[in-house]
Amino acid sequence: MSMSQNISDTGPRGPKPTRRISRRNIFLYGTLIVISVYYLLPLYVMVVTSLKGMPEIRLGNIFSPPVEITFEPWVKAWSAACTGLNCDGLSRGFWNSVQITVPSVIISIIIASVNGYALANWRFKGAQAFFTILIFGAFIPYQVMIYPIVIILREMGLYGSLWGLVIVHTVFGMPILTLLFRNYFTSIPEELFKAARVDGAGFWGIYFKIMLPMSLPIFVVAMILQVTGIWNDFLFGVIYTKPDLYPMTVQLNNIVNSVQGVKEYNVNMAATILTGLVPLIVYFVSGKLFVRGIAAGAVKG
Amino acid sequence: MSSNGRPSQLLKNLNAKIASIPMVLTALVIFVGGTAWTILYSFTDSKLLPRLRFVGLDQYERLWSTNRWIVSIENLAIYGILSLVFSLIIGFLLAALLDQKIRFEDTFRTILLYPFALSFIVTGLVWQWILNPDFGIQKIIRGLGFESFDFDPLYNPDIVIYGVLIAGLWQGTGFVMCLMLAGLRGIDEDVWKATRVDGIPTWKTYVFVIIPMLRPVFITALVIITSGIVRLYDLIVAQTGGGPGIASEVPAKYVYDTMFRNQNLGQGFAASTMMLLAVATVVIPWAFLEFGGKKHK
Amino acid sequence: MEPSVAVKDLTLSFGAVEVLKKLNLDIGQGEFLVLLGPSGCGKSTLLNCIAGLLDITDGQIFINGKNVTWEEPKDRGIGMVFQSYALYPQMDVRGNLSFGLKNAGFEKAEIAKRIERTAEILQIQPLLDRKPAALSGGQRQRVAIGRALVRDVDVFLFDEPLSNLDAKLRSELRVEIKRLHQQLENTMVYVTHDQIEALTLADRVAVMRGGVIQQLSDPKTIYNKPANLFVAGFIGSPPMSMLEGTLRDTGAGMNFVADGIDIPLAGYDGNLSGQDGASVVLGLRPEHIVINEDLDGPGLQATLDIEEPMGSDTLIWLRTEGRQISVRTGTDHPFRPKQEVRLELDISKASIFDVGTERRL
Repeated sequence: MSMSQNISDTGPRGPKPTRRISRRNIFLYGTLIVISVYYLLPLYVMVVTSLKGMPEIRLGNIFSPPVEITFEPWVKAWSAACTGLNCDGLSRGFWNSVQITVPSVIISIIIASVNGYALANWRFKGAQAFFTILIFGAFIPYQVMIYPIVIILREMGLYGSLWGLVIVHTVFGMPILTLLFRNYFTSIPEELFKAARVDGAGFWGIYFKIMLPMSLPIFVVAMILQVTGIWNDFLFGVIYTKPDLYPMTVQLNNIVNSVQGVKEYNVNMAATILTGLVPLIVYFVSGKLFVRGIAAGAVKG
Repeated sequence: MSSNGRPSQLLKNLNAKIASIPMVLTALVIFVGGTAWTILYSFTDSKLLPRLRFVGLDQYERLWSTNRWIVSIENLAIYGILSLVFSLIIGFLLAALLDQKIRFEDTFRTILLYPFALSFIVTGLVWQWILNPDFGIQKIIRGLGFESFDFDPLYNPDIVIYGVLIAGLWQGTGFVMCLMLAGLRGIDEDVWKATRVDGIPTWKTYVFVIIPMLRPVFITALVIITSGIVRLYDLIVAQTGGGPGIASEVPAKYVYDTMFRNQNLGQGFAASTMMLLAVATVVIPWAFLEFGGKKHK
Repeated sequence: MEPSVAVKDLTLSFGAVEVLKKLNLDIGQGEFLVLLGPSGCGKSTLLNCIAGLLDITDGQIFINGKNVTWEEPKDRGIGMVFQSYALYPQMDVRGNLSFGLKNAGFEKAEIAKRIERTAEILQIQPLLDRKPAALSGGQRQRVAIGRALVRDVDVFLFDEPLSNLDAKLRSELRVEIKRLHQQLENTMVYVTHDQIEALTLADRVAVMRGGVIQQLSDPKTIYNKPANLFVAGFIGSPPMSMLEGTLRDTGAGMNFVADGIDIPLAGYDGNLSGQDGASVVLGLRPEHIVINEDLDGPGLQATLDIEEPMGSDTLIWLRTEGRQISVRTGTDHPFRPKQEVRLELDISKASIFDVGTERRL
């Protein structure tokens, strides 16, 4: 006789029942939603404030949605807000930031990727020592190096110019980017590199024909990192450029924190959103790659 | 290259060396050279222009007897310790929440991390607006009937640094969460299975098993947060401008102001050297533990 | 005839660590040489040195009589196949095969011709327009071999080419590589840690340990007459059973003496003269021991321990005087665990090693 006769046919059978709405889930999602609301609040406040007229702001509270939507603050922020020096709005800063960000991103990524590739695949004596210094340099407070760089740029005749700032961004982006590329290229199987050498490809041949096509994602990650980082920079912009070349962040701060005139909170908030828009778009479009970028530099480092 | 003579050591791997020139220049000229230069000139009485007239430790003595610097250091200590503790705790809790195999994980993560993509200037200005006593939170709560409710951190010298802390945490915790989440995802699934079989409650697993396993991640986060905290500058400039009075001054701002506003370079160099010292006390022991230990293994 | 590949006094050190020590090796034209050894023995390192992918510290490397010690890999007249296939993921199979030829500046017609021929030899014509990601492991390795083939060189270097494949594919491709060698008659240098691959493929096997070649011989000699204790222990699965004892000259011939054992060594294939009293190790392969309950002659007393049916035959583990001995026998045998039996040893196939020098006598 089979043994299963002793085992009761009644009792639990089939899949274990699960409850969608368990106490655990309510707690979990409840907490997450409350936290999410808190994180989204400032963005919400920025948007609603920027769409209100000043009278409505003075009467209502900052969380209430606009009764009468107006885009005038946006227009003013873009083209007519005053920084104390001139009154042509944030547009000037926007274009300055574009002019600063584009070459800085391109140059810093080219240099760092080739450098990371050399460190990963063509190790030469002493390379590791310089790399170590570079990584430790990432922790040195910028304040320590600000003035020596002023002197260097002045000697090169680039102090106060756009290209001077591009150099500064390239220099300070180098540790994290080089680390990022070096780690990525190291993770590519070394045999691939060896195979290419047997196939007769040299330093640049392997870089352009083998490594580059394989590493588009990491280039995107680096771009995200650099675009947001450079766009958001304030300190270097203030120090190394002249007022008419100020990047958007500096101009934004000058508009909002200028002591003259009546405070136009709606214009300020519109200007704030405008400044945050580029990194926000980059962030929302890039999604997981952004996360990968900040995690890659940090965790593996 | 001919096979008759061994290629010269200098020319060997020439392309790699050329490719590394920017790194070598950055490392030697800017990072090592610049730092050494600043430290050297911090012992001089440079004013508008740097000059090599040594005055010993005068700049440092003056620095530590300047009220504004003391306030800056105190602020940095309060902000630093609190932001370190809170961002590690909140970051870990958020990561643990997101690690529960929940639905819409990507959405929640996107929401929690977006402030990190913003400039400190933007963050500072938004929170300046929200914390504005005449329009923001204080007004709303008073409007609900709590007439005596006081919450105006940006106008109260005693608590202004906490107002900055709120903004700083709002921006930075998402980043710490991401680090922690990456760490949690790196933990072997079998560990969880083992604790389930052993019947260990989830919270106990986190406290006694997972957190000790995440030690390297915590240390990495600690180092990164610390080096960020010392640089705290943009947020202060945007949110409080150092005010009210000098109540929210920080060292980075002290350096900038003494160097470029007050044209007192020597004093600025001394202050920035102190900042370097602060970072070094965290980074060097960390590097020693992290990398020094490996060589002896 | 001039050797196809000649390695002279090759030394390679990383800092203070010497990975290869004054290594000498001549590989004949058309020979299939296998470098065999445990991981870290320097076999892959040696191959990389021959390929020019590692800069050597001292010594010389000749390929077809030409000193290539300082040549770039591409100029050495070699093709190489890697363990991880190392196919360029963004290029299709045709691109992978032609990359080296393009770099060498060949004309399009010639490239097409060579790809055509290679694809035919390896039967990968239908795969030419696929990307590596769309290929199975076996197909990938075939393409990787093709990449070496298309270069039309005299020397092929294989770096554990089959280690990433599952057991079935491995044996299939093993046969194919052997056929390829017969067909092309190129020199092949093949690195593996798998002794079956080594014994089945090689004309000669070089067993390596610690950057030194322990024995360089044809597979039969390696298996039957291992040069030293290391080779004896490394080759064969399960390894030789080892018995420690001493040699005693009985006048009529040498005997092997240990606790409860006294066996005449008549018929031993080696030179034992003048070794009276030497401490030695007697090594016997499992198939050279027979379990014989009715044995009258000299042999061993042992207790059956465990039985491992392997399908085609059965392995029996026995204990004697605290030592373990394995015996290969047929699948149908009458023995049961714990049973006391006698073992008959085939001394003509045994190996005897000096304990001090570890060398075979």
